[in-house]
Amino acid sequence: MTDLIGTLPGMVKSSLESEENKLPVVETRDEFDVEISGTIGKPLVQNAKMSSRNCDVFYGDKQAIFNINLDIGKNEIIAMIGPSGCGKSTYLRVLNRMNDTIPICRVTGEHTLDGEDIYAAEQDPVLLRARVGMVFQKPNPFPKSIYDNVAYGAKLHGLATNRSELDDLVEASLIKAGLFKEVKDDLLMPGTGLSGGQQQRLCIARAIAVDPEVILMDEPTSALDPIATATIEELMDELKENYTIAIVTHSMQQAARVSQRTAYFHLGKLVEVNDTNTVFTNPEHKLTENYITGRFG
Amino acid sequence: MPIQTLLITLIALLLFSFFIGSKRSIAVSSVRKGRRNLHSRPNYYGFMVAIWAGLPAIFILILWSVFNSSIVTSLTIAGLPEGMQIQSKDELGLFINEIKNLSSSGNIESESDLVKKDAAFHYQKLEEISTLAKTTLVFVIALLGMLFGRSLVKPETRARNMVETVVRWAMIMCASIAILSTVGIVMSVLFESIRFFNAVPPADFLFGTHWSPQTSMRSDQVGSSGSFGAIPLFVGTLLISAIALIIAVPLGLMAAIYLSEYASSAVRSFAKPTLEILAGIPTVVYGFFAALTVAPFFRNMGESIGLSVASESALAAGLVMGVMIIPFVSSLSDDVISAVPQAMRDGSYGMGATKSETIRQVVIPAALPGIVGGILLAASRAIGETMIVVMAAGLSAKLTINPLEAVTTVTVQIVTLLTGDQEFDSPKTLAAFALGLGLFVITLMLNIAALHIIRNYREQYE
Repeated sequence: MTDLIGTLPGMVKSSLESEENKLPVVETRDEFDVEISGTIGKPLVQNAKMSSRNCDVFYGDKQAIFNINLDIGKNEIIAMIGPSGCGKSTYLRVLNRMNDTIPICRVTGEHTLDGEDIYAAEQDPVLLRARVGMVFQKPNPFPKSIYDNVAYGAKLHGLATNRSELDDLVEASLIKAGLFKEVKDDLLMPGTGLSGGQQQRLCIARAIAVDPEVILMDEPTSALDPIATATIEELMDELKENYTIAIVTHSMQQAARVSQRTAYFHLGKLVEVNDTNTVFTNPEHKLTENYITGRFG
Repeated sequence: MPIQTLLITLIALLLFSFFIGSKRSIAVSSVRKGRRNLHSRPNYYGFMVAIWAGLPAIFILILWSVFNSSIVTSLTIAGLPEGMQIQSKDELGLFINEIKNLSSSGNIESESDLVKKDAAFHYQKLEEISTLAKTTLVFVIALLGMLFGRSLVKPETRARNMVETVVRWAMIMCASIAILSTVGIVMSVLFESIRFFNAVPPADFLFGTHWSPQTSMRSDQVGSSGSFGAIPLFVGTLLISAIALIIAVPLGLMAAIYLSEYASSAVRSFAKPTLEILAGIPTVVYGFFAALTVAPFFRNMGESIGLSVASESALAAGLVMGVMIIPFVSSLSDDVISAVPQAMRDGSYGMGATKSETIRQVVIPAALPGIVGGILLAASRAIGETMIVVMAAGLSAKLTINPLEAVTTVTVQIVTLLTGDQEFDSPKTLAAFALGLGLFVITLMLNIAALHIIRNYREQYE
């Protein structure tokens, strides 16, 4: 069923409606007509690292995200879950202005990092992205050596003044990403020659090397096998000591394992945010309950 | 029956064969379970019958056409009076040609020579018999083939496999034609070059610095030997190609980066085809543009700042050639740059890289193999280019790397060696083949280098 859901809110609804007659799993029509009237739970926190107020996102004429209000607490891992096309990846890309690279995309609302408006006219998205790093769904190492992949951002931002500092930085980043042991003898080999899991950890090392404050992860393990996934989840647990992490995931087990708070998105709206335990054991909203119990999605 | 009618009738017969083949297969299949006992679809049975009807017939037709002329000719000769047959081969050939012309002229009756008249009638008769026999044989074979093919139509016959085998061989033949012509051309160039190297030592050709391929008609004339040092030609070629590449690579690459990374889709959809039109302009047009506009411009400019610039200069030719090959660089580079996955750019932006940093440090390195491929393609195009150089760079084989002087290139010298009336066994003419071989080796090495670079450094994107 996930496959049938398109990326556009309008299409989602129609495909759900047309499918319900064929799929007996979907019990009643009511489940999809549940009113989403503002977010349930605790979207706002005390020590917010990043926060969004009244966030709307449009692709051309189509609205992809409706009025999201959400805080991301300092040094926490927040998981964003929801069916495909619910806007969770789009929202993640709002937080480091990656949507700027899509010409037809328009973001409104108020978004802050440490209280600083990240969409202010004087804010340079390039500098913002150095503070809010990103790890993508598919490992995308550059066609360079492992060393150069990690050193790339550090060189751009002048984080090392000489070669030995750069060496140390690369080594430290690889160690933090749990990759150093495996590649320490092959630092000059191409990064694209690593296995999928290693490539993804290389991308994490690359993001860490820039020393961001927030790391956004867009389904970082969806292309990986369970063992590589476990390695990365352990890694995230260690990273949260120093970084704030927002992770979009399709795996509810992963959300339950790694995150402290979980946000459930549906059709571009933020339905429920709460402590991860609460969301998975005692969801308040009918839609959240249906999703986490596997009735749809 | 003339050959056209024969072929049209044969095609009609093949269509008919296809029709009865597919009909027959439906007839022999059992209707139960929707014709499932038939091994192949009815179409394949149709094609099978058509192949049986067509292939042997066409094979016979080709064989007959190949041997027809020599058989009829020898039969005509055999029918000549005793005295004529002991003529020498050349005389006999001449005589037979006369007879053929006579019989095709249509008024044999007016011929006064009785022997010729008889022979022409004989020849005409043989031709008629031959055509009739050919037509009959082809049709009989086609009909027999059709009947045989039809008798093969049974549910268990593997018609699809058979048809696919025939189609595969047809494709193999198509592919081999291209390869065989390449091999044939290389061989002929090679053998003629060997003849040239029998007359002129290879070392003189490869390392000589003086090119003046004039050979005399008589051996006692002055300068009878000619000198065939090809170094000035190859230096001239490389000089002009280098100038062309110095122009085309930066311009083409910048244009490609603009088109793929910065231009809006409206600009791109207009600018890219326009750029590619450059590649469609005939080189002779570039040639007179170079000779009549660019070269005089350089000469005048040189004069005004006190430089002596030849009225036909390597610079003018190289410049115009550079403009000509811009599309090769820009269009191919644009394609490979656009093919770099967006994920790669996102990864770079996601780390706080600017657009220009992303392009320089991620996109261009990722696209580099394709870009190099495009540049080498442009280079082999520049090396092989003739028309612009003939018109704009001159004919004097001077060994120089001064772009302001007139130089000449390998291709230009091939043209001058082979134009006009030439004897085809003098070193002067054969030198063209040796030059062609040299050029071929250079472009071959460039192509191999390009393939090697593309294969070894290509990044595999999903």
